[in-house]
Amino acid sequence: MRKLFKFHGGVYPPTRKAESTRTPIVTAALPSKLVIPLHQHVGSRAKPVVQIGERVLKGQIIGKPESRLSSAVHASTSGTVSAIDTQLVAHHSGLPDLCITLIPDGKDEWIAHSGVDYKQTQHSELRHLLRQHGIVGLGGAVFPSDLKAYSHKHKIKTLVINGAECEPYITCDDMLMRERASDILRGAEVLRELLYAEEVLIGIEDNKPEAITAMRHAIQSELHERMEVVTVPTIYPGGGAKQLIRVLTGIEVAAGVRSTEKGMQCFNVATAYSIWRAITHGEPLLSRIITVTGNVDRAQNFEVLLGTPVNELIAQAGARADTDKHIMGGPMMGVQLPSAQVSVTKATNCIIESSPALFPPPLPALPCIRCIRCADVCPAELQPQDLFWFAKSNNFVKAEEFHLFDCIECGACAYVCPSNIPLVNYYRYAKSEILAREQEAKAAEAARERHEYRQFRIEREKQEKAAKLAQKEKAALAAKAAAATPAIIDADDEDAVQKRIDAAMARAKEQAAANIPKNTDTLTPEQQAEISMIEARRAKAHELASSEDKN
Amino acid sequence: MITALLAMIGIALFLGTVLGYSAIKFRVQGNPLVDKIDSVLPQTQCGQCGFPGCKPYATAIASGEAEINKCPPGGEEGIHKLADLLGKEFIPFGDDATPKGKAVAFIDESTCIGCTLCIQACPVDAIVGAAKQMHTIIVSECTGCELCIAPCPVDCITMEGIEEDITNWKWRYPVFSIQASR
Repeated sequence: MRKLFKFHGGVYPPTRKAESTRTPIVTAALPSKLVIPLHQHVGSRAKPVVQIGERVLKGQIIGKPESRLSSAVHASTSGTVSAIDTQLVAHHSGLPDLCITLIPDGKDEWIAHSGVDYKQTQHSELRHLLRQHGIVGLGGAVFPSDLKAYSHKHKIKTLVINGAECEPYITCDDMLMRERASDILRGAEVLRELLYAEEVLIGIEDNKPEAITAMRHAIQSELHERMEVVTVPTIYPGGGAKQLIRVLTGIEVAAGVRSTEKGMQCFNVATAYSIWRAITHGEPLLSRIITVTGNVDRAQNFEVLLGTPVNELIAQAGARADTDKHIMGGPMMGVQLPSAQVSVTKATNCIIESSPALFPPPLPALPCIRCIRCADVCPAELQPQDLFWFAKSNNFVKAEEFHLFDCIECGACAYVCPSNIPLVNYYRYAKSEILAREQEAKAAEAARERHEYRQFRIEREKQEKAAKLAQKEKAALAAKAAAATPAIIDADDEDAVQKRIDAAMARAKEQAAANIPKNTDTLTPEQQAEISMIEARRAKAHELASSEDKN
Repeated sequence: MITALLAMIGIALFLGTVLGYSAIKFRVQGNPLVDKIDSVLPQTQCGQCGFPGCKPYATAIASGEAEINKCPPGGEEGIHKLADLLGKEFIPFGDDATPKGKAVAFIDESTCIGCTLCIQACPVDAIVGAAKQMHTIIVSECTGCELCIAPCPVDCITMEGIEEDITNWKWRYPVFSIQASR
């Protein structure tokens, strides 16, 4: 029996998982349209590489990763691209983002694809495949997996596969482990290979006995070595990566520290599953398991194509009429959707239909009485009451000093707050303000550097110009001196002066002779006659002028 | 007597050398206060304070020639920071200086005649182009100082507000109802 550790705090909200685990995973019906956001992952938005009206095949890349921290986006089924524009997406801001709209043709026609044997393939190639197949962390953080499955500096001792699924209502990982355990384990083997990890620990909360049995059975029947399913106690937020690592190994990972530095790396079970599909079958991340639960007639798990509009998905679960809100994710950390028109993304693990009876509107907040219940339950061992105070008074320096960035926004503090203060919103506000300020400071620093360099450049150009001018002047002076010297000597000799004048006049004449008007080559007889007349007049005028001079 | 004198002279010479050496070795380049003030300023180099850039304004503040409320791009928060740094009282913006939303310059490329006047005006080299070639703004480097607008002979430069999207969206200050006492 493995010795388990504890993390500080935690809460025990009702799990409500039984409703959606009664039936096996169902493949959701093909939707009438797919709205596929290009920014479904942490990092920069993928760049659209298809045209409106283009026919795309299932699995074809429609968004190319733009920078190192980015991931590819694919067509979830075959069809025609009908629009590339900004549409509402599942985000806290409720703002629109760039999406590709795809009208499925119903043929579900795959692009040519094939897998590789991961043992015979170079690691760099495997990571490239993960990136090209759009594999990101499916536990909710959607961090590109190709960057996580890599550790060149630190030796990885333990690879943690996260099947804890601590948040209430959500059962997608549970069902995945029950039904597709062997593929998850094979994916874990690929990750072990990529990380050179010694052991693999699969953490599953003890409220999922079926999943634990299925996974243990798969380990035994497929003879996986140094791989163990560890039952962890059910406590929220025990499924947070940091908390699970702490429970399994006793190691703490602070904010700003990578878990690889401590010899750990953690992947979600669904991520491991998609890695296996991507590497050995060449299937990009096109669908995921989503729990649809809450105020519905048939709460269950669906395998849903990415980009499926939420309203088409919830209709299949039988959404009830008194539904007033749609929550993406769990009740503790989920996002309230701006509308049911938005589509599911790689981050969508659960859709909870909410009704006033199920989730009554929050009671009005009261002042903080500093009861410190929040500090008792904080899994990051922070002082939420102080952080709340600092965030409220915009004292960001102090908030950072109190390790605001160690907060995982799990919402345990707000869950127990007797004054109903939306604490997490304050922390999120403070965090985003601090990050924005950091970015501004960076931009200001860059502007200062550019400005200073510009001034340096202008000064340098000025000096170079001055130096050039001085040199030119010097050269001109020298030339003048050289030319002027004989003239000064000859100034006394009148003949010499006359000679120079004559020479200059001869030069002028020569030049004049060389400058023949260019329009006199091809002249008509009339023009010639006119010219001779003008010349005659001119000669006469000259004659008159010279005779007057003589008189 | 002589030994004492020599000893004193020796000590004087030694200390003098040490002082002279440290005066050169540990010389502080520039005014450190100016740099501190400069680091608080937003570095737009816009000249709205009446000085040709952030550093000259910082120098003026340090020497007491300018008030701390002349920098609209820094916002009220900037005044607070300057007040904290200098141990002064906060003073609000005057009528002549009001903060505006963030914006970047935009060149209407169909009107641009390629005169390079805006390039010469840009304090942070955020405009690319050459004589009789189309100019364009490097958005990521533009500080929104508006210095390029005045020199443009064909008025093809406008300021475009930076719109909020998913990448620059920030969490709002939480507002919620407080229960009224009965």
